[in-house]
Amino acid sequence: MKNWRNHLGLLLPMLVVIGFSLWPVITGNISTRESAFTILKAIALASSLNILLGYTGYVSFGHIVFYGFGGYIGLYFVNQQDWSIWAGMLVGGISAGILAFLLGKAILRLRGAYFALATIGINEAMKALFNNLDLFGGPIGMVLNFSVYKAYGGAAKALGMAFYIMAGLTIIALIISHLVRTSKFGLGLLAIREDEDAAEVMGVVAPDTKTWAYVLSAIIPGMVGVLFFFKNGNVEPHVAFPLHSSIELLVMVMLGGQGTVLGPILGAFAYQGMRGYFVTSEFFKDIQLSVSGVLLLLIVLFIPAGAVGWLRQKFPTLRRVLQ
Amino acid sequence: MQQISLLLTSLPDGILLGFVYGVAAMGLTLIWGVMDVINLSHGPIIALGMFGTFFLFIRSGINPYLGLIPIAIVGLLLGVVIYFVAVHRVINAPHLSSLLATFSVNMIIIGIGTAVVTTSPYNVDFNMGSFQLGSTTVLGTRLIAALIAILVTGGLYLFLFRTRPGKYIRAVTNNRSAAELMGIPSTRILALSFGLGTMLAAVSGALISTFFPFSILAGGSYELKSFVIGVLGGLGNPIGALFGGLILGVLEGAIPAFLETSWVPVIEFGLFVVILLVRPNGLFGAKQ
Repeated sequence: MKNWRNHLGLLLPMLVVIGFSLWPVITGNISTRESAFTILKAIALASSLNILLGYTGYVSFGHIVFYGFGGYIGLYFVNQQDWSIWAGMLVGGISAGILAFLLGKAILRLRGAYFALATIGINEAMKALFNNLDLFGGPIGMVLNFSVYKAYGGAAKALGMAFYIMAGLTIIALIISHLVRTSKFGLGLLAIREDEDAAEVMGVVAPDTKTWAYVLSAIIPGMVGVLFFFKNGNVEPHVAFPLHSSIELLVMVMLGGQGTVLGPILGAFAYQGMRGYFVTSEFFKDIQLSVSGVLLLLIVLFIPAGAVGWLRQKFPTLRRVLQ
Repeated sequence: MQQISLLLTSLPDGILLGFVYGVAAMGLTLIWGVMDVINLSHGPIIALGMFGTFFLFIRSGINPYLGLIPIAIVGLLLGVVIYFVAVHRVINAPHLSSLLATFSVNMIIIGIGTAVVTTSPYNVDFNMGSFQLGSTTVLGTRLIAALIAILVTGGLYLFLFRTRPGKYIRAVTNNRSAAELMGIPSTRILALSFGLGTMLAAVSGALISTFFPFSILAGGSYELKSFVIGVLGGLGNPIGALFGGLILGVLEGAIPAFLETSWVPVIEFGLFVVILLVRPNGLFGAKQ
C-alpha cells in the first residue's frame, strides 16, 4: 500500500458502513437489525446509482429495473431450481449486468432528459412484461417455498444471515465506487460528465466507457434484489419495479452529494432516517411526504452540490478525506 | 371474425379516450418544449383536476363541464406559483435539478392530498346517456370529453399562433436568448407557459374524472401515458400531442382484440423506448 493516501477517501465510508453493520449486533435487537438492513440496502443501491449518475452524469430514473430484474431471475433459480442463495445472487447480478450491457448499447446514445425518459419507459415496460410472464408467476409473482430456508437452519437464522450478506454487499458496492472514482476509467467517466464531446476528442471512448459504467452500476442492485426478495419470501411485479423508489434513490444521491463516495451513504442514511422519523411521529405522520418534499426542494434550490459537495467547497482541507 | 367485431367495439372508445390523453400530454410537452423541463408534478396536478370536479360537482352541484372553467383558472395560477417557487431557480441548471425540483412539488401535493382526501378511490357519478354506433355503445361523457379536448387543442393552436403572448411563447421555445434580445420578457413567458401546462393537466384530469374512478395517486399512470404520447407526437410539439394521444388511444382500443389487456403497457412502453431511439423528435417531428 505505497499510495495509501489515495485510499484515504475510503476510510470514512467504510467506518460508517461497518458501524451500521455492528449496530444490531451490539444491541441484539431484531427491529434495529431491520432498520439497519433498510439503510444498508439504500446505501448499496444509491452508491451503485452514483456510478452512473454522479460520475458519468447520466440521470437514470429507472435504475430500480436492475434490482427487480436481477431479483426475479435470482429468486426463480433459488425457488424453482433449488439453487443456493449464493448462486442465486450471482445469477441475479450477472443477469442484471447483461441487461445493462444490452440496454446501454441502445439507450446510452440518448442524452439528458431523453435518456431519463427512456429509463422510465424501460422500467415500466419491464414491470408490465413480468406481469405477463407465467414462468415468473404473472401478476401474483412468486412465493418462496418455506423449505428453502431449511438449508440455512430455519427462517430466523436465514434472516440473520441475510443481514450480514447485505452488509457484505454494501461494502463491495463502496469498494467498487471508490475504485471507479480513483481509477483512470473513472477519470474518463468524469470527463464525459463535464463534456462528452470534448472527452471523446481527448481519447475517451465514450460509448464503451458509458456502457461499462452502466453495467457496473447494475450488478450490485441485481444482487441486492435477489437477497431482499429471498428475505421477504416473495416477489411481485409492482414490488420489484417501483418507479417511486427509483426516484428516492436519486434523492438520496442528491442529498449526500453526487459524484462522491461518501455522499450517497450520508444521503441514504439521512433520507431513510427522516422517513422513519416522519412516518412514526404523531405530528408529521399524515403529511410526511409533504415535509420531505419541502426539504428536498430547499436542498435542490440552495445546496445543489449536496452535503458532501458543500463541505468540500467550504473546507478544501477536508477534500482528501471527504471523497 | 370475432376479433374484428371486438375491434369495432373497443376502437371508438379508445379513440375518444385518446383525445383526452392528448390534452394531458399537451401540457407536459408544452413545458418541455419551452423550458426543457420534464414536469414530474404533472401527475398530481391531473389528480387535483379530478378532485376539483369531485368537489365542485358532488359537493356544490356545479355541472362538471361548467366546472372546467374555475379548474382551468386555478390550474393556471397554480402553475405560475409552482414555476416561481420551484422551477425558476433551476431553469438553467442541469436536468437533474429541475427533475428533482418538480418531483419535490409532486411529493408536496401528494402529501397534502393524502392528508386531506386519503388515498382511497373516489368516483364522480355523472351520466350523459349513451347511444348505439353500429355494434358498440358510445358513452355520452366520453364523446363530450373528446369534443372538449378538440376544442381545447384548437384554442391552444389559436393562442400560440394568433396572439402576441402565444407568439412570444413560440419565440422563447425557439431560442430563449434571441427572444430576450428582441425584448420579450422571458421570465413572464416561462411562467405563463408553465401555467398553461398545468392548466391543461388539470383540465384533462377534470375530464377523465367524469368516466373513470380516481384517487390522489391516480395521476401517476396518466403522467406516464403523457410521456409516451409526448414522445409519439414529438416532445415540445403541443399540437402533435393530440395525434400522439390518438395513436395511444387506438393502440389501447386495438391491442385487447388480439392480446390480453395486460400486454397493452408492454407494447406502449416498448414502442416509447423504440421511438425515443429511432425518432426522438416524434413521428411528426422534423428530421434534424
